[in-house]
Amino acid sequence: MGSSCGRVCWKWGSPLRRLPGFSRLLSTAALAPQICVVGSGPAGFYTAQHLLKHHRLARVDIYEKLPVPFGLVRFGVAPDHPEVKNVINTFTQTAHSDRCAYYGNVTIGKDVMVKELQRAYHAVVLSYGAEDNRILGIPGENLSGVYSARAFVGWYNGLPENRDLKPDLSSETAVVLGQGNVALDVARVLLSPLDILRKTDITEGSLAAIACSKVKRVWLVGRRGPLQVAFTIKELREMINLPGTRPLLDPADFTGLGDVIKDIPRPRKRLTELMIKSAREKPGEKEAALWASATKEWGLKFQRSPLEVLPATDGKQARGIRMAVTRLEGSGESARAVPTGEVEELECGLILSSIGYRSLPLDSSIPFDPKLGIIPNSLGRVQGAPGLYCSGWVKRGPTGVIITTMNDSFDTAQSVLEDLQTGVLNLSNSKEGFKSVRSILHSRGVHPVTFSDWEKIDAAEVARGKLAGKPREKIVDPQEMLQLISH
Amino acid sequence: MAAPGTASLLRAAAASSRRWLLAASRGAAGRPSGDCVAARTPGRFFGVSARARLSSEDKVTVHFINRDGDKLTAEGKVGDSLLDVVVDKNLDIDGFGACEGTLACSTCHLIFEDHIFEKLDAITDEEMDMLDLAYGLTETSRLGCQICLKKFMNNMTVRVPEAVADARQSIDMSKNS
Repeated sequence: MGSSCGRVCWKWGSPLRRLPGFSRLLSTAALAPQICVVGSGPAGFYTAQHLLKHHRLARVDIYEKLPVPFGLVRFGVAPDHPEVKNVINTFTQTAHSDRCAYYGNVTIGKDVMVKELQRAYHAVVLSYGAEDNRILGIPGENLSGVYSARAFVGWYNGLPENRDLKPDLSSETAVVLGQGNVALDVARVLLSPLDILRKTDITEGSLAAIACSKVKRVWLVGRRGPLQVAFTIKELREMINLPGTRPLLDPADFTGLGDVIKDIPRPRKRLTELMIKSAREKPGEKEAALWASATKEWGLKFQRSPLEVLPATDGKQARGIRMAVTRLEGSGESARAVPTGEVEELECGLILSSIGYRSLPLDSSIPFDPKLGIIPNSLGRVQGAPGLYCSGWVKRGPTGVIITTMNDSFDTAQSVLEDLQTGVLNLSNSKEGFKSVRSILHSRGVHPVTFSDWEKIDAAEVARGKLAGKPREKIVDPQEMLQLISH
Repeated sequence: MAAPGTASLLRAAAASSRRWLLAASRGAAGRPSGDCVAARTPGRFFGVSARARLSSEDKVTVHFINRDGDKLTAEGKVGDSLLDVVVDKNLDIDGFGACEGTLACSTCHLIFEDHIFEKLDAITDEEMDMLDLAYGLTETSRLGCQICLKKFMNNMTVRVPEAVADARQSIDMSKNS
């Protein structure tokens, strides 16, 4: 590597100093790549981690628009899935590296522009995820009682922008449009026994609202069939075993599937077998007793595509949903739902659309594909924008679990490392990194939140949670967070 | 040759603090290191047990073939899980054990030799549920956090599977070349 060669050559004496660029080699500081990452969720942290691990000199600064880090690990993973949040430990370790710094409360695209970051850093990695959701595009979508699952999840997880959602939980039946893991999460949070929820890090405010909820029944509605469900088996099993609830699965939906799945890959096969079993087999004694005493229920409805949210007589409130009955053309992942002409109505006062998250363009200077909702890239290198990279959902689309994002982030980091090695990223242009960003932020009155500031907020949340028998009580007001650290 | 850089000091510090974090979080999740039975039922609290006095009979050597082809050899004790071995010996396997042994991810996915695989304890539904999501699943795949060392595993070789579709040559600029 450059620096070791520099030190060795220097010992050999002055003639070598005449080599062009040689004196630069003596200064290791000039060779330290300055890299910044936009977004502090799993994509941002895993990209930073891989860079720091595989380059002994690189400095990585992670920017985040909220005061607090960790993105969807904090705001997306369900409160009753704390093990999934264990990754926070490895991210914390990364943040503690002396070549890594976290700067929260800095909105890229507003407080500082991407072009300014590119002047300050050798490489900029965009890992800002998907802050929006796909819309249904049907009449009645904006009636009271209709929410995106994304906003509902943000609400119970303490995402500041969703803290005033005040979802209407006064009707008995809720319909979730979509059959992915997020759909199961919201159904489970709506139906879980309070005794379970109150020991999690669900926010105090949402717990109180759920305690007054009248929701007894949740339907997860999908346009296609059982073979196209997007949720995974662990989450389905959890739902089937949810205390106080019984599953409503129509055996007719699963006719003939046993044969179809004989030769398909094991993951899809086991998932389908579990649904078939729950729908068709007589429950065991224990299960039968649990289901008989259940006060809440949930079910799957297939081949129903939403057409219109129906208003109540006041014209403002949702009272039901009209759906087209579909049939499938093709099979497997690529099966398409085609309307048959038949329609059906389902009475409900709460509708959660869980049809996918969606990324937004950060800054007009960055290439963005609005149709796919991603930044056009090749192996994480943003197309037509040298020095710009992307990782996570903004790179591949908003699907997958943490391991998918982890692998994807390592892949982007590899591209950065390759470009450092081959000189595509030219280290002879020395960059100031945070030094120049700090003065930009200062001139705009923006005060970054450091990682040790976050640790103060973290400690306060944990202390408050302890009083309530919870792992933490999340602070949902960013102003309160900033006051706590005296900003 | 340059003096050992701060990078290696950091890694050592990180390794020991990571071990501490892991032990602390396992205390919370209810699984002490070395008690592999508890590893299969995450959530039950046993408290941290004192490690038994070691004899050579307790030691098991495992060879890990890393994604880049490097062979990493480490020694554990009977009862340690393979995740314990990777963490305790700070083996350089990117992203291994993200959920810290709680069956909430598939990053400790390992591929076993046929003759070893046959003798492993039966897989539970819970492990299979997560294994099903692993990339590059094979007939002899298991999750490392659920496999505990036994004497018959001495000198076995396990393979760390590829994590992404295109296996590009991995770039490592963390050491002097």
